[in-house]
Amino acid sequence: MSDVSDPTETEAEAEAEVPAHTGSRATQVLGLAALAALALWVLYGLVWSPPDREMGDLVRLLYVHVPVAILFYAGAGLTTFASLMWLRRRSPGWDALAVAAAELGVVFGALTLLTGSIWGKPTWNTFWTWDARLTSTALLEVLLIGYLAVRRVDPSPSGGSTRASILGLLLFPNVIIVHFSVDWWRSLHQKATVTRLDPTIEGDMLVALMVGMAAGGLVFAWLLIHRFRVAWLEQQVERHDLDAAVAARRAEGQLSTNEPEAQPA
Amino acid sequence: MWRDVALVAGRDLRIELRSRVATNQVAPFALLVLILFAFALDPDTGVLESATPGLYWIVVLFSGTLAVSRSGSVDEADGVRDALRLSGLAPAAVFLGKAAAVVAQLLVLELVLVGAVGVLYDAPLAGFPLMTATCLAATVAIAATGVLYSGLVAGLRVRDTLLPLLLLPVLAPVLIGATRAFEDAFGADGIRGWEWCGLVVLFAVVYVVAGCLAYGALLEG
Amino acid sequence: MSAVVHVVAMSDGGYVAAGWVGAVGLVGAYVLVTLRRGRRLSRRVPEGDRRWS
Repeated sequence: MSDVSDPTETEAEAEAEVPAHTGSRATQVLGLAALAALALWVLYGLVWSPPDREMGDLVRLLYVHVPVAILFYAGAGLTTFASLMWLRRRSPGWDALAVAAAELGVVFGALTLLTGSIWGKPTWNTFWTWDARLTSTALLEVLLIGYLAVRRVDPSPSGGSTRASILGLLLFPNVIIVHFSVDWWRSLHQKATVTRLDPTIEGDMLVALMVGMAAGGLVFAWLLIHRFRVAWLEQQVERHDLDAAVAARRAEGQLSTNEPEAQPA
Repeated sequence: MWRDVALVAGRDLRIELRSRVATNQVAPFALLVLILFAFALDPDTGVLESATPGLYWIVVLFSGTLAVSRSGSVDEADGVRDALRLSGLAPAAVFLGKAAAVVAQLLVLELVLVGAVGVLYDAPLAGFPLMTATCLAATVAIAATGVLYSGLVAGLRVRDTLLPLLLLPVLAPVLIGATRAFEDAFGADGIRGWEWCGLVVLFAVVYVVAGCLAYGALLEG
Repeated sequence: MSAVVHVVAMSDGGYVAAGWVGAVGLVGAYVLVTLRRGRRLSRRVPEGDRRWS
């Protein structure tokens, strides 16, 4: 995952220097795989798979909605895990992973709500219905947005990470309790007809769904690496700004210093 | 340890008794919102009466948010957080003490509000055991969660707007459960109120434990 | 979005299209934003510090 410049590399190595972007050999390979999977997914999802017996072509929305919903939960779960690891190890890599996973979670959560809503309109004739899944997702999306808000708002470099990691950890019980209680609540009002969201999927339809999951997973992984690197870079910028400020203070105090040249902001 | 809890709770309650924020600001706010609901929902068509459990718990949630926000802000005077950290009190004790103080304030408020909805909404108050149990469980849940999250946003400039954004979605299950329990208590059919009360109890336990574990890290940060 | 998309004679085509285009569009936008942030930040950081390792 890293392209640190290494003086023992041969001259033939085109990339002896670390590039000024977040790409790398790994992301190139991953990206190509993702594109291939996406192409397959479009083909299977929109062309090769048959319409559902009951839902008709609307089932094609599920090939987006289901993978995206799973990735939303994956993002939230990863945030929680990274928060736990940060609290135990205190290494900045875990912190960067937590914020990257959270942001991805918010994006895929928004997508889950969007596709669920679009699916709902022709099915139930309304863009929103207090269906258990949509309601839980909406609540969790707000929780994840709150997590990002706390990160943005804390001026101190490390304090924000502690607060956010507690918040990230709390996502775990929150997700479970919200899911369970909303599900139970809505089951009071909606009987079996609710799960129009889960038709019996088989054959080419199952393939479309699986390909969708694979494509979604690859895109998620690719994005996660890039976003992680962005978070890492943000930490570095902050560190350098901090070093520069300290150096300026020292220079004012006329103490000798070995700090490198301050980077232009 | 329990002496420390009582110490902290006593301190917070004494501050409240001196400043009277709960009685002079939070309670009138709560009653005002109850009255506004009546303006919004037309008392004559029975909508207000049937919506009473939900409206009641929404008001309690909002009031609880104010109460825990206040609980956090009394520690923001210079040096108080450091004093708490250096005092040798276990962070869990500080957490439990603050939560206990909030519980006490909220329970008094809820008593007043139950009376208010009985009068203003002509609510069919019944099922007092279930009501009481639910109030206790929900109050502990709100207080524990609130004190934890209040500690989480302590010191941030946008604390006052951020706290509701963080706290209210987390407390949604408490709202759902407490409302269902009240509906059952007031006589609605087909709702297993005691099971919903159980859910709220579970929530309260989870957050009391979570607060005891996490408050230390927040005091340090 | 009520335009009906004629792909293999679909029903509810507009909704399907909206869902897929929306998904690809949102993710695509996020990809672009992230890559741009990566480039801008990379330029501000000295080479040795650019990657986690």
